[in-house]
Amino acid sequence: MRHILSILLENEAGALSRVVGLFSARAYNIDSLTVSTTEDPTLSRMTIVTHGSDEVIEQITKQLNKLIEVVKVIDLNESEHIEREMMLIKVRATGKDREEMKRMADIFRGRIIDVTEKTYTIELTGTSDKLGAFIEAIDRAVILETVRTGASGIGRGERVLKI
Amino acid sequence: MQISGAEILVRCLQEEGVEFLFGYPGGAVLEIYDAIFRQEKFKHVLVRHEQAAVHAADAYSRSSDKVGVALVTSGPGATNAVTGIATAYMDSIPMVVISGQVATPAIGLDAFQEVDMVGITRPCVKHNFLVKDVNDIAETIKKAFYIAKSGRPGPVVVDIPKDITQQRAEFHYPESVHIRSYVPATRGHPGQIKKAINLLLEAKRPYIYVGGGAVQGNAAAEVTELVKSLGLPCTNTLMGLGAYPGSDPQFLGMLGMHGTYEANMAMQYCDVLIAVGARFDDRVISVPSHFLSQPKKIIHIDVDPSSISKRVKVDVPIVGDVKHVLREMLDILRQSGQKPDAQHLAHWWKQIEEWRGHNSLLYTPSTELIKPQYVVEKLYEITGGKAIVASDVGQHQMWAAQYYKFDSPKQWLNSGGLGTMGFGLPAAMGAQLANPDATVACITGEGSIQMNIQELSTCKQYHTPVKIVALNNRYLGMVRQWQEFFYGTRYSESYMDALPDFVKVAEAYGHVGFKIENPSDVEPVLREAFGPALKERLVFLDFRTDQSENVFPMIQNGKGLDQMDLPPHMRDVQQVPFENNRDYGNMC
Repeated sequence: MRHILSILLENEAGALSRVVGLFSARAYNIDSLTVSTTEDPTLSRMTIVTHGSDEVIEQITKQLNKLIEVVKVIDLNESEHIEREMMLIKVRATGKDREEMKRMADIFRGRIIDVTEKTYTIELTGTSDKLGAFIEAIDRAVILETVRTGASGIGRGERVLKI
Repeated sequence: MQISGAEILVRCLQEEGVEFLFGYPGGAVLEIYDAIFRQEKFKHVLVRHEQAAVHAADAYSRSSDKVGVALVTSGPGATNAVTGIATAYMDSIPMVVISGQVATPAIGLDAFQEVDMVGITRPCVKHNFLVKDVNDIAETIKKAFYIAKSGRPGPVVVDIPKDITQQRAEFHYPESVHIRSYVPATRGHPGQIKKAINLLLEAKRPYIYVGGGAVQGNAAAEVTELVKSLGLPCTNTLMGLGAYPGSDPQFLGMLGMHGTYEANMAMQYCDVLIAVGARFDDRVISVPSHFLSQPKKIIHIDVDPSSISKRVKVDVPIVGDVKHVLREMLDILRQSGQKPDAQHLAHWWKQIEEWRGHNSLLYTPSTELIKPQYVVEKLYEITGGKAIVASDVGQHQMWAAQYYKFDSPKQWLNSGGLGTMGFGLPAAMGAQLANPDATVACITGEGSIQMNIQELSTCKQYHTPVKIVALNNRYLGMVRQWQEFFYGTRYSESYMDALPDFVKVAEAYGHVGFKIENPSDVEPVLREAFGPALKERLVFLDFRTDQSENVFPMIQNGKGLDQMDLPPHMRDVQQVPFENNRDYGNMC
């Protein structure tokens, strides 16, 4: 099953490679990983999307907690949460495709952020599924380039991940 | 007053009460070696290979309550240390390894003797540091020692670039350090402890399985008290030997791949198992599904949450320091005065005695050939069971574990997790330095000893009179055994041809050597080697043992605890009176 893990860790050189090294050394999966500093510059927040059985996810959580630089780990799937990912996608937009592409971007609440005579660059935000759905919805042949950030997640309501 | 980074490091080690620093100099650590030259508080032990420095520091930890420290230079010095670091990591041994690094401006430029030590050791350390500022040295060293010995212990590497050792700063050694992201567990959850006690009291066939965590956690006294007060049968893992006295009747021997018949059968057929500082690894329980095919409730006490429910899902996990948790259990039990049902326990012991009656460690004696088991038995007798025994890896390691009955923790030193050949001699050396008055034996084979034989020189220099008991069967014995069993006796590259004359080797290094070929000479030579005349000498005993001897019992890969390959005299016991009897529980 797919899980979204939120990790608070010390914002120190090497901390990221410890986390990534742990996943490869123990043969866990990383579907996506995003990381940046928080409002507290000494801390980074990482979101890892992974999949595995309940036992594997339990081990991943415990092994992450064992890393000295990891401050806290939560599995967002354990309660209500919000997930967002951003995609920038450059598509060919000529002739009748140009109007069609604008319409599709609107339907998916995307924004066209760069325009040339032949291309659009569309910014799209949503769950990973939604971004996938957009790619499915347009003609594969017109896609020139895609770049996705990987999912970020946060708990719903008043639940916070803080030290 | 400002002093150099190297001097700061030396002062830190002095503050930590370091007695011995095991190391080898080189370009990146010259500044540190100069600071060592100008101090007298601790002694530097110059090994002949960096791997040995780390094993010696590791065994210094294993055989004492202190933290061993090793110092190596950058590049090849650092990479040579890696096997030692991984060895300590797998067995959760507290240790601090300091490695030199090229100067900060040269890092990343493929400088001479540059290697990314922090990167290379990341998967085999508890934690590691690259010191980038001379002002950080003291706090980093304090953290390194704290991390190494707290919680589940482990090795910590501190990589220090040469320019940092040359820059100057004020020295201030912190009294304590706080790491917000690192808070090891101590006390177990009281509710879980109660549950565990209730399970134990209701058990019909209770069993206690004790691992290296009880040795490292200094919980041997508590383990013994629990076993005695509840009348439990007890087994130790390879790493746990000595945590419960090996010569006590409630001890069923080691369990696992080469465990005794009774220890393994009891593990399979108990109904309540309490695991103390053990991790259900593959060499112990073999296949988890087969192990769980006999229903049982499992209590697991461990300081490391990630060890719990890793291979086997347990019923009552207790995260905490094993000594603390057992002490609390004992207090509660004493207050309540409750005991498990005596009748059930008596039935269980009756079954165990029946299993034990087969004497699975019985071997066929010989007047022609020296049996390796006989050598270990005689060694046990002659040393009164009191020697510190360091072992290498292979058949001799298993015979040592089976036939030397360790009554105290920290008496048995071996590379259980990583299985590092070459561990024995440097480990014996480190243990002898930590315990100058103890008798230290190194049980080894002719394969293993040659992996770090250069340390005979270090032993000479530092007067460590260890006794090397080499069970020399002219084969890489465990490899040969597997080739005999599983590869149609095709002994591919397992014969050690062109062996040196070990007596001459020992003599060349300034030691004493004996070659023993007759069974009748085993005892007298051992008596001489361990006697007063040779007390101050390193003695190399080259026992020419039976080449065809195998280690039994043995659990083959993929087989269960009750599906052992048994020694010849037990071949008709054929496994288990109740292989098809899943409701064994009704019998008692």
